[in-house]
Amino acid sequence: MPTIAVDKAELYHSLGRQYSTEEFDQLCFEFGIELDEDTTDQVNEAIKRGLPIERPQLKLEVPANRYDLLCIEGIARALRIFLQKDIPPDYKLALPSGGENQLLTVTVSPEVAQIRPYFAGAILRNIQFTPQSYASFIDLQDKLHQNLARRRTLVAIGTHDLDTLRPPFRYEAKPPSGIKFIPLNKDKSYTAEELMTLYESDKHLSRYLHIIKESPVYPIIYDSRDQVLSMPPIINSEHSKITLNTRNVFIDTTATDETKLSIVINMVALMFAEHCAEPFTVEPVKIVHPDGKTHITPYISPRDTIAHKSYINACTGLSLSSPEICSLLQRMSLAARVSPQNDDELLVQVPPTRPDILHECDIMEDAAIAYGFNNLPKTFPATNTVAQPLAISKLSDLVRLEWAMAGWIEVLPLILCSHEENFEWLNRVDDGTQAIKIANPKTLEFQVLRTSLIPGLLKTIRENRSHALPIRVFETADVVVKDKSLHRQARNVRHAAAVWCNKTAGFEVVHGLLNRLMQMLEIPRIAIGDNKIEMGYYISETDDATFFPGRAANIYYRAPRSKSSTLTQDGVIPEVSGDTKIGTLGILHPSVLQNFEIGYPCSALEFTLEPFKKEMDPLWNSQSS
Amino acid sequence: MEVVQQRILTVLDNDSVIHDTRSLVLPAEHVSAKSQDGQLIIQGALNSLLSREMITYTTQEDLVHVLTPEGAQVAQQGSHEARVWAAVPAKGEGTSLSVKDLKAKVGDDAAKVGQGRAFKNGWVGKEGDGLVKLVSSIDDVTRHELQDIEATGTLKAGDKALAELRKRKLAIQKKFLWFTVHKGQNFSLSLEKLETDLTVEMLTSGTWKTSSYKKYNFDAEGIPTNGGALHPLLKVREEFRNIFLEMGFSEMPTSKYVESSFWNFDALFVPQQHPARDLQDTFYLSDPAAALDPPPDLYENVSTVHSVGGNGSTGYRAPFSRSESTRLLLRTHTTACSTNMLHRISNQPGGFRPVKMFSIDRVFRNETMDATHLAEFHQVEGVVADRGLTLGDLIGFMQTFFSKMGITNLRFKPAYNPYTEPSLEIFAYHPALNKWVEIGNSGMFRPEMLEPLGLPKDVRVHGWGLSLERPTMIRYGINNIRTLVGHKVSLESVETSAAVRF
Repeated sequence: MPTIAVDKAELYHSLGRQYSTEEFDQLCFEFGIELDEDTTDQVNEAIKRGLPIERPQLKLEVPANRYDLLCIEGIARALRIFLQKDIPPDYKLALPSGGENQLLTVTVSPEVAQIRPYFAGAILRNIQFTPQSYASFIDLQDKLHQNLARRRTLVAIGTHDLDTLRPPFRYEAKPPSGIKFIPLNKDKSYTAEELMTLYESDKHLSRYLHIIKESPVYPIIYDSRDQVLSMPPIINSEHSKITLNTRNVFIDTTATDETKLSIVINMVALMFAEHCAEPFTVEPVKIVHPDGKTHITPYISPRDTIAHKSYINACTGLSLSSPEICSLLQRMSLAARVSPQNDDELLVQVPPTRPDILHECDIMEDAAIAYGFNNLPKTFPATNTVAQPLAISKLSDLVRLEWAMAGWIEVLPLILCSHEENFEWLNRVDDGTQAIKIANPKTLEFQVLRTSLIPGLLKTIRENRSHALPIRVFETADVVVKDKSLHRQARNVRHAAAVWCNKTAGFEVVHGLLNRLMQMLEIPRIAIGDNKIEMGYYISETDDATFFPGRAANIYYRAPRSKSSTLTQDGVIPEVSGDTKIGTLGILHPSVLQNFEIGYPCSALEFTLEPFKKEMDPLWNSQSS
Repeated sequence: MEVVQQRILTVLDNDSVIHDTRSLVLPAEHVSAKSQDGQLIIQGALNSLLSREMITYTTQEDLVHVLTPEGAQVAQQGSHEARVWAAVPAKGEGTSLSVKDLKAKVGDDAAKVGQGRAFKNGWVGKEGDGLVKLVSSIDDVTRHELQDIEATGTLKAGDKALAELRKRKLAIQKKFLWFTVHKGQNFSLSLEKLETDLTVEMLTSGTWKTSSYKKYNFDAEGIPTNGGALHPLLKVREEFRNIFLEMGFSEMPTSKYVESSFWNFDALFVPQQHPARDLQDTFYLSDPAAALDPPPDLYENVSTVHSVGGNGSTGYRAPFSRSESTRLLLRTHTTACSTNMLHRISNQPGGFRPVKMFSIDRVFRNETMDATHLAEFHQVEGVVADRGLTLGDLIGFMQTFFSKMGITNLRFKPAYNPYTEPSLEIFAYHPALNKWVEIGNSGMFRPEMLEPLGLPKDVRVHGWGLSLERPTMIRYGINNIRTLVGHKVSLESVETSAAVRF
């Protein structure tokens, strides 16, 4: 959410009264903005200590889609209307005295299609800036650039002292070597190529260079004497820069996104049209396209739409009359009247400053805000349902409780880990078929999603060196593996794992933990070579570099016949015999212990729980999409 | 120890009372009963006899003087001035002793202090560069006084002399404990062995009837238990699950940490240009990088509502990219799973049926980590879908839900969320902090999200969410999230964290 700093005295003056911090906080809360900070106390403190002082400010967090609240002009306007001290303004286009023929024209050249195709302009006539409103004007442009315009990639704004320029204007795209002008705050001219080098070290502007840098042509705006206005989205020219004394402002906006272009030009023009000699009027600009077609910008006519009394009442749980809803909407800057034909229909005019209204539900919300969320009737939905826990959660909880009762401590390491922890440190090789890799981690700790719970358990033991031996820790949680058959190309698998750390390695301890769980799950132990038993588990010696030679075993599960066909979906590898490997246990290899900086022998156990889930309604089956 | 106990019992048997334990003669001890150390040995014996109720005793307290290490040295070797006097030759009997030689003989400290006093007492005088004896014999009063104190704890010479010695840091005042002893109700001369516990042998042999038992120390801690422990965060998760299950909510499948942008963002009507999708905020995958195509009909519905709108919405009127849609990422919220469930529910055989669903599972944010933020945390989420739900239902429902956690004073603030409209931030009054704190988010899902999923137009869906970590940190008074989640958590904190009852 953007935070806007507004001058406290100026805002309260606009609202026509003084507020205590609590009162103003309450007003913000009801309207849906947040008072983050009131700097009055800091200013008073600065006065006491004789430090340089600023005027007290209110820092307000505004919703990210309310571009009309990004400056004090918009916030004051919206709150005045909300408090019924004002009615929504009627924004108007004012043609020049000579009529449509005298409109300022901007001719768009075909080359801009390659780099930044859309253009819109507007003129603010006879504006009177104060130092505060001038600063607010600059700040609004910056806020729009950062938020809606996605750091100038989608839209860029330039503002100019129109009296320094000679229309008509041209919006073109030219090779950088052919562009030369004096940029803002410099005293000599540079070619566009030179500017790109110059601004590489500029903390502020360097962030935008990439937008056009690699393009063969750069966007550029000229007046009729070939005076550059700006090179969007990078910099304006020094020549046409606005000052406190500027009376006529030309606003240029260029974009790669047409919808956001019109939002931005409307916001800049309509917020500051308030300071024009004739408030809330904007002089339009005629855009001439390469194909000769023309259109007028900005487009500020309200959007007519219909909201329904029945819908608003049904959603809010209220039973308001149509006129009551209209007056609520009025307080949210939406002009509305009841349709003469149909009492259920409200004819709503969405002003050009409210592009956040996309659907009738947005109008419904505004009615609810004006009514007051906290004044709404509190009811309880009649929805009657029977609860159903997930099979995997029940199974997980069973393991957690049994193992905790057996004296083991549950831990909760992270899912993200380094590649080394997941592979090299366990003496495992990444064959590229298992682990999911992160493209943009901020730290090397987060390179892959774990495919085993063992690294997290070992890291926990490492960090708990001072704990008395033996250390017995376990975790029952998900690992993630690749699965090319699924939309998401990956699948979570619920594992259970435990590590024992003591002065002796204790293979039989983790083995006992496995036996105990299988006993609780009613899965019998199969003697090796017994092929008659229908269902059960057994362990069998294996070679595994994670474990000490001769002290490692695979865990096999023989599922009841009817279920075995579904097992392969759960990421367990079918064996020749039809028994499936579900995990491993063993004494950890001393090199693994060394990698994890553990000075005592450890035994580890890890296996998948997926085969032991009870069947559920297919709707709740987690892997289908 | 036993001999001391036996001695006390014998004296008590003869005299029936010991008024002052300093009068005892300690057998086979190198310590005098007159010293504090001796009395402490006696106290140990008394306590042992007391626990068998063979005696009773009262503690007496005196203020006595004891020597400092320097005082003890003086008592043994003489005062500094006396040592100076002894070190120098008599007048006329040999060469006087230089200060340097004196230091070598008696040590720096003694030479420094002793010289002045010896002069003052008229014991030594100057001759040439050195010192000589002026008198043939001296009375080393300081030494005698200190020896007196050492023996009796006080001084016949009186308080003034004691104060002077304290000032010279040769003696200090100390408490001295001694005892008065009487016979107890189980007094006897014989010190039989006391049993500490009831044993199987005593049961079989019947000696339990005749044995005496040591008094149990009810003040001591019991022996720690052997069991394991569940993790505190997951204990809080259990409480939340119970609340949901009590309220008739079914658990949603959420075992998909990897999501496509389509399910995580697009299907929720989050615009493709939304800042939440930035690399700064979301973990994207490099391998695998792209999802398979979403169901074609659904993709068509979603892409249309974004780019051109429909069903009463203007849409975002911005380009919609398929390659953006299939980018793989780590889910930023479990609402991706809820959306998926809503799609399945609207397309189940027989069509939509009302549901109440919940989930509590991990989500991932590519945030810079600090004391309250990790890159992964748990989201608690609830969803209710039914025909004719109202905003009043949502608010009323939230009050019931949070009252089950003991939070009763709620208020709701309008907020913005791309997929809910209205969106309500939930604030609760925190009595300890004396202010309103945000505890979660809620709202009604937008029609632009629900209709493309296939939900009937009159079905409205409420959703709300909060993090699991925040209420847990409040519950256990934890300030740093790393001490709750991750491998740096101390096992001891897991073992000792209390049970959770909302």
